Amino acid sequence: MKEAAEDDLLATAAAWKRDGQDVAIATVIATWGSSPRQAGSQLIVDGEGHMLGSVSGGCVEGAVIREAMEVMADGRPRLLDFGITNEQAWEVGLACGGKLQVYVERVE
Amino acid sequence: MKLDTIDHIQALLADRQGVALVTELADGAQQLFTRADAPADIRTAIEADRSGEMEIEGRKCFVLVRNPPPRLLIVGAVHITQGLAPMAALAGYDVTVIDPRRAFATDQRFPDVHLRTDWPDEALLVLKPDFRTAIVTLTHDPKLDDPALIAALRSDAFYIGALGSRKTHAARLGRLRREGFDDAALARIHGPAGIAIGAKTPAEIAVSVLAELTARRRGVDLPPKQKQP
Repeated sequence: MKEAAEDDLLATAAAWKRDGQDVAIATVIATWGSSPRQAGSQLIVDGEGHMLGSVSGGCVEGAVIREAMEVMADGRPRLLDFGITNEQAWEVGLACGGKLQVYVERVE
Repeated sequence: MKLDTIDHIQALLADRQGVALVTELADGAQQLFTRADAPADIRTAIEADRSGEMEIEGRKCFVLVRNPPPRLLIVGAVHITQGLAPMAALAGYDVTVIDPRRAFATDQRFPDVHLRTDWPDEALLVLKPDFRTAIVTLTHDPKLDDPALIAALRSDAFYIGALGSRKTHAARLGRLRREGFDDAALARIHGPAGIAIGAKTPAEIAVSVLAELTARRRGVDLPPKQKQP
């Protein structure tokens, strides 16, 4: 078992792009409180919504993928803010209660 | 992010260079730096292996850091190494064990690690320790440990550890001083290697060495050895 290889995600994003798919990269740029994924963690998404990697323990990935679709459509990067309240966190089975900021960009 | 930029990052990582991709959050403009050509604060982020926000010339930026995998070079295919090699591999290190004594350095004793049976100084000449490399000597034999430590001190290795009692270590420092290393250089050697957790068995000593290595890698200051319990 090796450390999560984030640079492998970039290589995969490049491979998807070369296959002719749209690709967006979401990167955690800041966290507050107890977020499970640190700054620099990434999630890659293709035009059909397939994803690899993660930016949280699973609580915001759905929203990030929706935004990634918009980014792939218009090419404009977006900065997303997520405040995970404890109540919301419990609903999805997580007790993180943290906040995080995610930057989403298209592979050009 | 441009496809070209991703290719460039991959090529630099394959060449064991640390990189930082700086993104200006207001307009998405990006610039790629290597540890060799980065401004001081970005270089610090690369060396600490820490991505994060940074204000550069009044602009809010995100610095994405990517580094080659950390390596651990262990000199001495001894009992402690049989614990340390797999533990370090679990912690994410690419592990190489170096011991010219072929009776020690066998695939049966060390499955799944890179094994070398050349002399430590020759091995280190080939392996070129860099800022993402840690070196630990575990043989207690100056013939093997000293050449490795000399090569380690001449490298950018982020951690250098040497096993042996305080007495052994004092004698070792005396020999290295005669090789021309000053106190500042010798202070890079963690000796005796490992943090004080009362380790007795080879596996426990491996835990203690890996703990010290982790602290060094993550930039945590440990109390001086004589003050540890």
